[in-house]
Amino acid sequence: MSRAKAENEQQWDLVIKPKTGWFDIDLLELWRYRDLISLFIKRDFVTFYKQTILGPLWYIIQPLFTTIVFTIIFGKVAKIPTDNIPPFLFYMSGNVVWAYFASCLGRTSDTFNTNAAIFGKVYFPRLTVPLSGVIVNLLQFAIQFALFLAFYFYFMMKGAPIRPNLWILGLPVLLLQMALFGMGTGILISSLTTKYKDLRFAMSFVVQLWMYATPVVYPLSQVPDWLRPYYILNPMVSIVESFRYAFIGASAIRGSDVVISWLVTLVVLFAGIVLFSRIEKTFMDTV
Amino acid sequence: MTTVISIENLWKEYRLGVIGHGTLIHDLQSWWARVHGKEDPNAKISPMLKGQEKQIEGDHFWALRDINLEVKEGEVLGIIGKNGAGKSTLLKVLSRVTAPTRGCIKVKGRIASLLEVGTGFHPELTGRENIYLNGAILGMTKLEVKRKLDEIIEFSGVDQYIDTPVKRYSSGMRVRLAFSVAAHLDPEILVIDEVLAVGDAEFQKKCIGKMGEVARAGRTVIFVSHNMVSIEKLCEKATIVSCGQLQAVGSTAAIVQDYLSRNLAISKISLSDRTDRKGNGSIRFTGYVLKSGDDIVKHFRCGEESVIEIDFQNIRHEDFYLEIGFGIDDYLGRRVALISTDISGNRPIKVDKTVNRVRVTINRNQLVPGEYKFTLFARVNSDVADWVRDAGNFVVGYGDYYKSGKLPERGQGVFLPDYKIEAF
Repeated sequence: MSRAKAENEQQWDLVIKPKTGWFDIDLLELWRYRDLISLFIKRDFVTFYKQTILGPLWYIIQPLFTTIVFTIIFGKVAKIPTDNIPPFLFYMSGNVVWAYFASCLGRTSDTFNTNAAIFGKVYFPRLTVPLSGVIVNLLQFAIQFALFLAFYFYFMMKGAPIRPNLWILGLPVLLLQMALFGMGTGILISSLTTKYKDLRFAMSFVVQLWMYATPVVYPLSQVPDWLRPYYILNPMVSIVESFRYAFIGASAIRGSDVVISWLVTLVVLFAGIVLFSRIEKTFMDTV
Repeated sequence: MTTVISIENLWKEYRLGVIGHGTLIHDLQSWWARVHGKEDPNAKISPMLKGQEKQIEGDHFWALRDINLEVKEGEVLGIIGKNGAGKSTLLKVLSRVTAPTRGCIKVKGRIASLLEVGTGFHPELTGRENIYLNGAILGMTKLEVKRKLDEIIEFSGVDQYIDTPVKRYSSGMRVRLAFSVAAHLDPEILVIDEVLAVGDAEFQKKCIGKMGEVARAGRTVIFVSHNMVSIEKLCEKATIVSCGQLQAVGSTAAIVQDYLSRNLAISKISLSDRTDRKGNGSIRFTGYVLKSGDDIVKHFRCGEESVIEIDFQNIRHEDFYLEIGFGIDDYLGRRVALISTDISGNRPIKVDKTVNRVRVTINRNQLVPGEYKFTLFARVNSDVADWVRDAGNFVVGYGDYYKSGKLPERGQGVFLPDYKIEAF
């Protein structure tokens, strides 16, 4: 009897049950829905192209003007050193990298709220949404990176001290880490915002402060030694500095910083996925 | 046949009041009040629906209470229930939109649920692109959609505009396209929520046809609807949800009857015990049964033969002449019909002294679905013998009066005339 019952148990393809553990995560299912991810990406690409010209143009205007403002304020007025990198290129490199992370964070941190209508009507692995989001944001990065490259070659022609090296090949890894970290933080916040909606208003403020905790407008070499061990716990430190090192060849980044940065990234990502998977099951009851 | 869905001791709890103010500051306020033994300033006073009081325990609300259900392969099961009875919650749990609190649902085979058509449609995308996107949201792979693309487009009837952005579609076209995608899902189990209540008449007919096709193809379907006509058309079995609990599964006809009679306010005192009556009492009405043909029924159906057999107590010792009046009022108390031996031209009926029953036969019930009560009146040898206001009541249920599967909506008239419309 009990054997028959056990056999019967195994025949079920799906068991819908209360949220049990914290680690009730089905990544295999996410893989089964890969077509949905690609269609979400396609949808966002297509709608992006169908927008007015100002949409894509905005992606160029924004980093360009931010870089100009940074160059004037931090370079000319505050005279913060930039590791001998031409200030304009220095700020632009920081901006382009930071912009991708900030957009990933912004996009994924609102997952539950912006998709409440769909989530309330049909089931699919909810992680498909933030996952496709960070991939779509690569389009923005590509445009801004092209802008960066244009100035990069311009400064190279002018004979600025730029020493690109083989670490450039590591760019995809940097992008991957940023995507994972941006998404991890984003879904962590999106899970919290289902309960605390006021956290959403704090988001833009937090992102702004976070930028100043990242070497975007100043180099890592300017950070005091006593602060450094805590400072590098921010994974974005390693990412921005690694980017500068690979393309320009000037940075105070160390190998151990990169390792720590990856560890923090993975911890945050894991925490994000765990919380997200837990919230997604009962999220509809709280909106 | 194997069981493909097994719902075991399923409970679903919603929390009321304290939890979920939505802001951190309010949570801190509540916590502060709790620590200091004060009343929570944020506790909600939530409005209750009638009949839900017993589902609430403290700040919990049990939307589903101990649901047990087995659905066999190839079964088409209808779920009936009033608003707030727990139908939608059951559907949401079944479609994994929200998790149950206790118990589990075991499913064999691929399950797809349609709580809405066109979920995730994007106005900027073309019809074709939306077919792929919507299909994927519903759980199809690109390849599956591709294989069925032509069929989907043809069924939707918007093939001319398939490469036009959906934002230029009329709402009707959008619904057609959306339903078309949903109809071509190929799951072993399909869960459908009243999505048929969309689109124009012709398309609705097409949808019902498609649903029937799906059911006949041996797939398992769970269908939730208020529309008794379509429930009866599609489902061989049905069950009722009320106050978060599930009644036994039975044949659709029986369950629909049960549902309709359940909604009837039954007068507590039996007819024979009523004292608020007039007349000399030479006969007294004591009870009645509803019949259709030779079968005793719990409710009538429009378009069908409706019979009321009324029993009376006869204390006479000789034959007599009887006149009967039978007045029907609707739920608002408006007299909608008077059936009477006087009006119909029947002479007073000559009745044998042993007789104790009269039968009123309405050949084809033309009343719209709803609740009715009736007044009984009897005259014996020209003297008023018994007169009972609101002597009893009955329900007229959905029937396929016009052989079209449709009836006017509630509020659109009180009776169903036989008619035809011609252009000339």
